[in-house]
Amino acid sequence: MVILNAVLAIIAGVGGMFVFYWVFNALVERLSLRWERRIKPYVFVAPAVAIVGVFLVYPVVQTIMFSFADRNSTAWVGFENYTFIFQDDRFVEALFNNLLWIIVVPSFAVAIGLLIAVMADRLKPRGEKIAKSIIFMPMAISFVGASTIWKFVYDTDFRGGEQIGLLTAITTKLGFEPQRWLSLQTFSLNDLLLIVIMVWLQAGFAMVLLSASIKGVPEETLEAARIDGAGEVAIFFRVIVPQIWPTVVVVFTTVLILVMKVFDIVNVMTNGRDGTEVIANRFYNLLFESGENGQAAAVVVILMLAVVPVMIYQVRQFRREEAAR
Amino acid sequence: MTQTAAAGSLRSADKAMATDTVLAPKGRRNGVLAVRIVVLLLCLLWLVPTVGLLVSSFRSEEAVDSSGWWTVFSSPLDFSQWTLQNYSEVLGENEMGTAFVNSLVVAVPATIIPIMMAAFAAYAFTFMRFKGRDTLFVIMVGLLVVPLQVAFVPLLQLLGDFGLVGTFPAVWLAHTGFGMPLAIYILRNYMASLPRSIIESAEVDGASHFRTFWSLIMPMSVPALAAFAIFQFLWVWNDLLVALIFLQTDRPVVTSQLRNLIGELGQQWHLLTAGAFISITVPLIVFFALQRFFVRGLTAGSVKG
Repeated sequence: MVILNAVLAIIAGVGGMFVFYWVFNALVERLSLRWERRIKPYVFVAPAVAIVGVFLVYPVVQTIMFSFADRNSTAWVGFENYTFIFQDDRFVEALFNNLLWIIVVPSFAVAIGLLIAVMADRLKPRGEKIAKSIIFMPMAISFVGASTIWKFVYDTDFRGGEQIGLLTAITTKLGFEPQRWLSLQTFSLNDLLLIVIMVWLQAGFAMVLLSASIKGVPEETLEAARIDGAGEVAIFFRVIVPQIWPTVVVVFTTVLILVMKVFDIVNVMTNGRDGTEVIANRFYNLLFESGENGQAAAVVVILMLAVVPVMIYQVRQFRREEAAR
Repeated sequence: MTQTAAAGSLRSADKAMATDTVLAPKGRRNGVLAVRIVVLLLCLLWLVPTVGLLVSSFRSEEAVDSSGWWTVFSSPLDFSQWTLQNYSEVLGENEMGTAFVNSLVVAVPATIIPIMMAAFAAYAFTFMRFKGRDTLFVIMVGLLVVPLQVAFVPLLQLLGDFGLVGTFPAVWLAHTGFGMPLAIYILRNYMASLPRSIIESAEVDGASHFRTFWSLIMPMSVPALAAFAIFQFLWVWNDLLVALIFLQTDRPVVTSQLRNLIGELGQQWHLLTAGAFISITVPLIVFFALQRFFVRGLTAGSVKG
């Protein structure tokens, strides 16, 4: 029944879209040539622009306004929400944790991705293909799925039974006491254990882009260095790395933007307990657990401000590329 | 920056999984035992957590609780430990089956609808001249990195006014809106790389824009369309946040239901592992069956909000 409804919805949605374009296109073609030329482009872009307007532009503006209003968005409160969130321990903790995430995850993802890309390049083609597939596979897995996988690895039994979590089984075999891993706040260990999940997910992405870039390094530059007597390590750092640097920057920033918005892993694993809070999870809880529209909006405006520099850079880069086209 | 490079990689991504060796000269290729060992260790490290999940999901409750999953490798032929019970239980009683169907119902339209809209828009942005074209497109580029969270509070109210919160159309529309900038961006960049002469000769032949679009540009854009489709499908399938907020608890999808199970079942790992594996089957099938397109899709779309 549900499936039937879905099939009908798909047909109606897609068919409806086609009819919309077809009818409007036919109508516009009845106009004089001059008017047809003027109006037709707008018929083509209108649905896309309308949905982006309703689902992205309008909400962004509205959210900024809500961030200056009270919990039900009924009265203006000035900067009260902002002063509140910056005095809220949970939010300040989230800011620091997000900082930890955006430093550690992109660095490790790039480092591991680069390591695999370079090393797999020296294997036989079959071996290289398998190795790359294995590292890349987690990219297909959802954050919630990955969280379940790793929650099982971090599982600890305190009832005196056998340890079935891999990490605890290893550490207890080595003679350590069983630990409640995700509550360990020393050196932000629990944060780092969550970060491991994200690195596990993202290293494959870094590897794929970096590997493509490395394979684009001209053979002659490597040969020249070898003739000059450079060792493999020197060649890697002096010849390859400078040539693939733009890709490294791209991968780093891409992963960084993703990590800034990390939500699922923290929400599922700890829901921000024991000092593991992050911005996006704070937003979710302010909105749904506390019903604080204003404060939640303020939190997300801060998140958006953090992305603005990237946005500006991206638009500039795009303009430059268009000019060169 | 991230996007432009990503779109460029739509084509170069094909190289990503290619295995033509550049670095090592032929003689040295098979040597270096150390390299092999490091790669092998990393691969094991990457594989082991997922293997643990898979193995445990087929073991009986008693077996999962009383011994680590790695012990099966010493007695794999002890059939008393293997079972399909976990799957039937999690699919039925724990509603993972319903969630799976719901996920399909959400993901398929949320993939198809934006493609159509974006293709028309991308065509106009690429091949037609109109006032405000460049401004509109730059706004799309800027919107690429906007965090989705920004949209939630106002959209909940707006969709609430229409009584749509908790219904499938709400998520379809939301995913269509959120995916649109990326779809337009990928498709426009691809279309801009098609030879202009084709469209000009179509114009000379008197073909209308509608005809040119439908019978010329769309078929030529299949690689970009496929890349976006795969990315969007996986994104929607794996999404938790949009499902939590717009479907809420009325209609669980695999991700939100798995989250519920983690809360409800605690340490009943025989069920949790089966549930998790059900939720990741579809993406894994896409991954293994369409790896090349999968790479293209992900590299083209990896910065989405």
